[in-house]
Amino acid sequence: MRDDLLELLWEGLRQTLYMLVWSSVFAIILGLILGITLVVTEKGNVLEARFIHKIVSFIINGVRSLPFIILIVLLLPVARWVVGTSLGPTAAIVSLSIGAAPFLGRIVESALKEVVIGKIEAAKSFGASPFDIIFRVLIPEALPALVRSLTIAVIAITELTAVAGAIGAGGLGSLAIRFGYQRFREDIMIATVVVIILLVQTLQWTGDWIARSINKRRYKQE
Amino acid sequence: MIVIRDLSKAYKTANNTLTALNKLNLTIKRGDIFGIIGFSGAGKSTLVRCMNRLEEPDAGSILIGDTVITDLNDKELRLARRKIGMIFQQFNLLDGKTVFHNVAFPLKVAGYGKAAIKRRVREVLEMVQLSDKEDAYPSQLSGGQKQRVGIARALANEPDVLLCDEATSALDPQTTYSILELLQEINKKLGLTVVLITHELDVLQHICNHVAVIEKGTIVETGTVDKFFLAPESDTARRFVNIVEHYRQKRYVVEGAGSGI
Ligand SMILES: Nc1ncnc2c1ncn2[C@@H]1O[C@H](COP(=O)(O)OP(=O)(O)O)[C@@H](O)[C@H]1O
Ligand SMILES: [Mg+2]
Repeated sequence: MRDDLLELLWEGLRQTLYMLVWSSVFAIILGLILGITLVVTEKGNVLEARFIHKIVSFIINGVRSLPFIILIVLLLPVARWVVGTSLGPTAAIVSLSIGAAPFLGRIVESALKEVVIGKIEAAKSFGASPFDIIFRVLIPEALPALVRSLTIAVIAITELTAVAGAIGAGGLGSLAIRFGYQRFREDIMIATVVVIILLVQTLQWTGDWIARSINKRRYKQE
Repeated sequence: MIVIRDLSKAYKTANNTLTALNKLNLTIKRGDIFGIIGFSGAGKSTLVRCMNRLEEPDAGSILIGDTVITDLNDKELRLARRKIGMIFQQFNLLDGKTVFHNVAFPLKVAGYGKAAIKRRVREVLEMVQLSDKEDAYPSQLSGGQKQRVGIARALANEPDVLLCDEATSALDPQTTYSILELLQEINKKLGLTVVLITHELDVLQHICNHVAVIEKGTIVETGTVDKFFLAPESDTARRFVNIVEHYRQKRYVVEGAGSGI
């Protein structure tokens, strides 16, 4: 172990967290928009529009079928256009957000579809608008499932930050590659792996805890 | 008054078309407790779901009060639905909301203020005898209590009509009676029209004044409940009444045998 270890680790973790937080925020927003659109435009749902459903579904499948590393490269011009550069953590946020959004869209879709149609019909029966149904029925009723899904997604984004790191985005991923792998710094390699494992565990525990406390409130026994 | 004229509805499946309602005609008097009875698949649910257009009819017209439901656009329909309450076999309460907020939901949708909502929710919860369950979640309630919340929610906006699709079919007999009595009480107190879909004669016998028998998507007989039991005209009605007769005789034999020992 050398004395630059802690400093390098800290810098890597800081960059990873920076990418993770912002990518997650944007990807979740995009994913919610995509997932909600998929569900409500489906046949028989509150804003049925099968053409839009098909288009969104097609785009999602298209983006998801590309390996992430290729997607990053494809999105470099977009990153340059949005944040002015195609290098570093900030540029990676653009690729990560767009790259993860379709996956999020699908898991939001499947969480929302768990809400039984009867609840939606009941809301319709007393005059609820599609807006009321989305924000007062679909999302709140699916909340525990949504939290669990989003936890999986944020963890997946953590993995993607490491991939992005490998091609110059910074963070723990690039630390492991640049020092651990290319300069044979075993101490950095091991420390990076430990930090990533702890990070993922913390995310999982937090997500589980939130979902559990929502369920506990809703399904507590008297 | 509810007047249904030549109502038709077909479901298209992959390789054929299924006629659920076939030029159905029906008139229901204001303030009545009206039963619609029929065997499974006869079109009962489709009929009642067309009344508030949860299901879009293919043809025909539905008049409720002075509103032609079938002529309304989306926005007008949402307004009209506030005056047509509905309760369901599976209750369809929101698990994430307390009893209070379940009942408050239609009032929020209608744009009432907080104070008005609170007052009205308490009022209807008292009507269904659940004042003490305000803060409970649906998962903590029995089936009967859940249906009471469903009724409270349906009544929140002071509807003129209450549609019930097999509202007691998921409940045990004891609870069924208590719910039926509640519906009867509400009908008397508020004067609202109750339309009750059922495949159970007991329900009919217990609270309905009039009945329509539905078969293959059309009404084959209407009249008072007394006439239905005493002088059934349609095959379906006779089959229903015969099943009960058959059962009564069987029970008589069993009880007779029992008392001889
Ligand atoms: N969503 C649907 N898609 C296809 N067929 C349906 C649908 N809903 C009802 N049906 C068919 O329409 C007929 C009438 O159904 P329904 O109104 O539910 O009858 P009931 O409530 O009297 O049992 C049945 O044959 C049923 O299979
Ligand atoms: Mg039915």
